[in-house]
Amino acid sequence: MQKIKTFFCKYRYLHLMMLPCILFFLIFKYVPMYGLIIAFKDYEAVGGFWGILSAPFVGLQNFKRFFSSIYFGRLLRNTLLISTYRLIFSFPAPVIMAILINEIRSTRFKRTVQTITYMPHFLSWVIVSGLLIVLLSPTSGPAAGLFRLLGKEPVALLSDTRYFRSLLVISEVWKSVGWGTIIYLAAITGIDQEIYEAATVDGASRLQKIFKITLPQMADIISIMLILAVGKILDENFEQVFNMYNPAVYEVADVFETYVYRTGILNAQYSYSAAVGVFKSVVSLVLVLITNKLARLMGNEGIW
Amino acid sequence: MRESLGDRIFGILNTIFMVFICAVMLYPILFVVGRSLMSDMERAARPFALVPREFTAGAYQFIFMKGSYLVNAYLVTIARTVTGAFASLAMTSLCAYVLSRKEYPLRNFFTLLIVFTMWFNGGLIPNFLLIQALGLSNNFWVYILPNLISAWNMIIMRNFFSSIPETLFESARIDGANDLTIYARIVMPLSGATLATIGLFYAVWQWNAWFDSLMYCSSRSLWTMQLFLREIIRNVQFADLLDPSASVSYIPPAESVQMATIVVATVPILCLYPFLQKYFVKGVMVGSLKG
Repeated sequence: MQKIKTFFCKYRYLHLMMLPCILFFLIFKYVPMYGLIIAFKDYEAVGGFWGILSAPFVGLQNFKRFFSSIYFGRLLRNTLLISTYRLIFSFPAPVIMAILINEIRSTRFKRTVQTITYMPHFLSWVIVSGLLIVLLSPTSGPAAGLFRLLGKEPVALLSDTRYFRSLLVISEVWKSVGWGTIIYLAAITGIDQEIYEAATVDGASRLQKIFKITLPQMADIISIMLILAVGKILDENFEQVFNMYNPAVYEVADVFETYVYRTGILNAQYSYSAAVGVFKSVVSLVLVLITNKLARLMGNEGIW
Repeated sequence: MRESLGDRIFGILNTIFMVFICAVMLYPILFVVGRSLMSDMERAARPFALVPREFTAGAYQFIFMKGSYLVNAYLVTIARTVTGAFASLAMTSLCAYVLSRKEYPLRNFFTLLIVFTMWFNGGLIPNFLLIQALGLSNNFWVYILPNLISAWNMIIMRNFFSSIPETLFESARIDGANDLTIYARIVMPLSGATLATIGLFYAVWQWNAWFDSLMYCSSRSLWTMQLFLREIIRNVQFADLLDPSASVSYIPPAESVQMATIVVATVPILCLYPFLQKYFVKGVMVGSLKG
């Protein structure tokens, strides 16, 4: 009894300060999580959010419907393909970029390069997709100009299933390569300068120093980042796809969340689309937990 | 020591490559700025040109004309950015302060509860239904309330608060200060740079946000600039984007309007970020070194 009293009295200010915060997380994070039971029900859009509770329970019916539809294979294939391209291209790009920025001798030029390459990070995907649409426009602009120079009819690249995924990757590299260098540049700054000096005395060239010193010294951080990137393999970058795709490329572009949006919000099939979302979130949660654990074993202390 | 020939060649090639990368980064921006001021004819005739031969600002006059939703969208965006950043900062620092107090018995429990939301969430559908049930559809507060605390930003701030020397807290407590006083009088004044960093993270997020506007606000008077831009890019029905009261005497080419809108949505952030860059970089470092 005494203990409970101290618990409330002694920490009353901390409790008081925590109250609005925890209410926020309960209302806006945990209530929607509870709302996920909608995926196991047949919710007919009556009664709003609380109607979820009274909707009839249908077990795994919504999941079965999803797994047996053509969309399951298509979404999984698109997500995995896009993520794999991302691992192959977007992941190493900032590593290489950081090494090359580090090789710049003039501090002023280095600063300039950093500032300019950080820029796209601050643009939303709405803006980046807008830039792509005007740059790749089949009627005017440089893409159309290039096609004509080569003596070809301009192609609407963003509506072409052959090019869409490449454009996803290219625009992602453009947007994130500079910002991604920050963590690698920090790792490079941490390398003991004496190692470089010793190598210089031994007559090592700059390329040799990159491959024999800089890269090996970055190995830890690169492997941790790689593991974390693998954990995010189902994170499809919804905002990017959603702003860049159009019905002509749904077949190669559609990912879980864009499909959830169309079937759920636009077509009001709430239970079914929530089931699609639950499937994705659960698999992705498992992946993230496993890879975070691995990253921590690699020597990353984690944030909690 | 003189550099070897190979090293010098490497240095030169690297410089050339870096200049090329900068050009690739800047080209799209210069492209829309320059070509938003061109006529349709010139754009078709000179597909690579960046600088117009003849300047036409018709698109800008059009999007800023009386009754244009863009002006309204601009104001909504500024309002949500300022309100959102300050409200989020207040709540986040409060939460971070409590969770940084090692003696707080519920510290680990609440931290776990909050960190879990970074990995798993209700997703689109339950959130959509909840926002409707809370009466936040077509309500300005839908931009603020659901985004009050980002777990990630809170953890960054908590780590910073934890690094404040414990002796400061002890001496304040001996002087009879309670936690609210310590938070307001000691921790806040000490955390200027961190507050700026996290505040800017929130501000940029709010400035660039559009999806909540699309999902929850059917009323155009609440649209944010990014959503407005998205609509202009996707369906070029300009009559839809003007208030019925607006008198339209001249409708500029669709492409000019698209580009001008992109420019208007981009320029403020492009002008500001170079000066605020160090705060952002610091935030990334604090977050990533421990994450």
